[in-house]
Amino acid sequence: MSGESHEAVHRHPAPTSFIRKYIFSLDHKVIGIQYIMLALAAVLVGMTMSVLMRMNLSWPGTNWPILGTLFPGGAPGGAMNPEFYLSLVTMHGTIMVFFVLTTAPQGGFGNYFLPIQIGAEDMAFPVLNMLSFWVTFVGFIVILAAIFFSGSESTVGPIGGWTGYAPLSALGQIAGPGQGMGMNLWIISIAIFCVGSLLGALNFITTLLNMRTRGMSLMRMPLTCWAWFTTAVLALLSFPVLLGGGILLLLDRLAGTSFFIPGGLYVSGILSGTNPNFPVHTGGSPILWQHLFWFFGHPEVYIAILPGMGATSHILATFARKPVFGYRAMVFAIFAIGLLGFFVWGHHMFISGMSPYSAMTFSILTLSIGVPSAVKTFNWLGTLWGGRIRFTTPMLFAIGFVSLFVAGGITGLVLGQTSLDLPMHDTYFVTAHFHLVMGVASIFGMFSATYFWFPKMFGRLMNESLGKFHFWVTFIGVYCIFVPMHTMGIVGMPRRFAQFTEYEYLKTLHPLVVFVSIAAIATVLVQIVFYFNLFWSMFKGKRAGENPWEATTLEWTTSSPPPHDNFAGHLPVVYRGPYEFAVPGAANDFVMQTQPEIAHQPVGQEGTSGNGHDGHRH
Amino acid sequence: MSTEARAEHFPAADWDGGVLPYRVGHRKLGMWLFIVSDSLTFSALLIGYSYLRASNVWPTPFPFFPSIVFSSVMTFCLLSSSLTMVFAVSASSRGDRAKARKWIMGTIFFGLAFLVLHLIEWNHLISDGLRPFSLPAEWVTRYATPDGTLPSPLFGATFFTITGLHMFHVFTGAIYLAVIATRINKLKHEDVEISGLYWHFVDLVWMFVFPLIYIMSVDIGAH
Repeated sequence: MSGESHEAVHRHPAPTSFIRKYIFSLDHKVIGIQYIMLALAAVLVGMTMSVLMRMNLSWPGTNWPILGTLFPGGAPGGAMNPEFYLSLVTMHGTIMVFFVLTTAPQGGFGNYFLPIQIGAEDMAFPVLNMLSFWVTFVGFIVILAAIFFSGSESTVGPIGGWTGYAPLSALGQIAGPGQGMGMNLWIISIAIFCVGSLLGALNFITTLLNMRTRGMSLMRMPLTCWAWFTTAVLALLSFPVLLGGGILLLLDRLAGTSFFIPGGLYVSGILSGTNPNFPVHTGGSPILWQHLFWFFGHPEVYIAILPGMGATSHILATFARKPVFGYRAMVFAIFAIGLLGFFVWGHHMFISGMSPYSAMTFSILTLSIGVPSAVKTFNWLGTLWGGRIRFTTPMLFAIGFVSLFVAGGITGLVLGQTSLDLPMHDTYFVTAHFHLVMGVASIFGMFSATYFWFPKMFGRLMNESLGKFHFWVTFIGVYCIFVPMHTMGIVGMPRRFAQFTEYEYLKTLHPLVVFVSIAAIATVLVQIVFYFNLFWSMFKGKRAGENPWEATTLEWTTSSPPPHDNFAGHLPVVYRGPYEFAVPGAANDFVMQTQPEIAHQPVGQEGTSGNGHDGHRH
Repeated sequence: MSTEARAEHFPAADWDGGVLPYRVGHRKLGMWLFIVSDSLTFSALLIGYSYLRASNVWPTPFPFFPSIVFSSVMTFCLLSSSLTMVFAVSASSRGDRAKARKWIMGTIFFGLAFLVLHLIEWNHLISDGLRPFSLPAEWVTRYATPDGTLPSPLFGATFFTITGLHMFHVFTGAIYLAVIATRINKLKHEDVEISGLYWHFVDLVWMFVFPLIYIMSVDIGAH
């Protein structure tokens, strides 16, 4: 036998005290739920901010007395000022990208299900796992603190967008409101988040490589595991670069260096070097920050969406009752997307003044990502084709993911071309593009995963009727929000503007702006149904058996919720691939990965296909 | 059943699960991954440095004596510490823990010697007037180009940031080794080996920092 077998070092006994069980837990399942709870809290903050922004865009100057009470500085008398709006843009983006789209798919579902799906009893480094969650949590506290220590009365946090472009972000208080202590805290929070993600990524990769159970070869892993693995590799290679950039940015602000600050700046009426408040800066390059940021930033968008792709593939196959079409091609497509993701960061910088030759290189590489993306899309459709589809809530969200991925991805081909990006870059077209493909599609992947794995995590099913209502309103709602934004962008409505009342050519768009806001508020409100369903079902939902969806992978072979060591002392042995549905001659229409031989049944006798063990109707 | 039989007998079984595919335990693999990740942090800083250096007039203030000689002695210390670490790991692999501990102490000694020398060097440059945000006045006149372009104050910024981050790594490495040395009787050989990986990595980073920061800034006279 080659190699040593699993080390015993990672084994730890089940905790008994409340604190070790639920707070400083070493159990990857508890840590996964902690990540999901963190994301559920963060997304509430992020969504509230987006509603505030929409309110200001549609009804500028209106007095909202509650705003005036809560933020006397940012909304004096209840009317939002532009700085308040800009800080909302910044905080909405930062919280959503880092603390929702990165924590829930990877830290949350990845943590919970990667070890179970590969047949391991925990992650490789349980202590590191606990640390990475708590480090991330501290990062979240620091970003919330940035709201309250913004150093200026008129904002609710730093101003700089989630990209924190220099020199604005590098100059300090002199650059205006939102550039004081809040900005320092923003950078520190991001740096802390980088460290937490690095620890997590290291753990994921080690776990997946070293801890697969007997028979779980790489090509027998569920596509979710491939997605989490690739995401972890991306995080391992991209977050350190942001960390490096963040250190330099912080030094620019605190130590007076000029890494990202060019010479001869004239800011707030003061020339650099002529005033003790604005010491001399020279020689730095704002473009360098963009390079460092986007070298991280582009892989980051794949960090957000790849786990959603994995979950979608997994769930489509399960409810189409068919194997994933082109499993091997799906694996290579995930890898191709991850690899290409490192060579396209320049497409965020076409208007930075870069050489047209390098812009063209970045453009060609960007468009080539369309190839693996199309492979994935066609394979998803191929998986659905001719399947006996069960339209459960997770399935609806997975199909919704495919729809949103296509709708948002198509405009990526538009923006990936330099000549089209130049006029569109600072418009709502880009906002619409990345919200659809990176924001909403990823979130749909997570909704799908939540409805799908909830019975495994809590032993109860979520309510299907509420789930379907949630799906349809959200699905129609997000299209109502983001499709009109494409039109606004083509007309030339700029991003990040607090209001458009001054612009004659945008006045005709105002009804559309109001429509988008109403759609956004309706979509946000329907999420209350989701939150209710989630917490209500934890205690009152219908009991789920071990395998309510008749799925094939390892998490469905253990009890719901799984015991502390996942498989109650016996690691499973894997005999086949992850998606053996509708195998000819098999008794059931699904064959578990742990089933050694297919039990043949005489023709004419039907198996249990159609309804779950628990009689749950699909 | 046939699949399981295959998993037992064929060399391809390395990747079939139930084994460590690289024959490397979790912690060692984790350390390798950390090294990959950390090297990207340094790459980001060194690429940033190269970018800024290429787009500015750069002072070259290090005379052969004393700066380069001094930094070569520092390099020699760090290289020696890697050699002693090799002996430590080798002693540990033979199960000779007492000897391994001695060699680790030697490694820590050379590491600390590097740190002390480096801090003397920092102190020397700071007393010359080098700051993260400005150059000594004498350098400004000396390295200005004939057309009057002044040398970049980013010299100090990049110097202190990159060597500072490296010093921090040496410092944490010395503490890490001290922990290994004190607990060596309770540890496995692999733990010593992993600490060696980290130490060699820190040494390797210096092998990039030394030529890029020091050798490339040798004083070849003013313009």
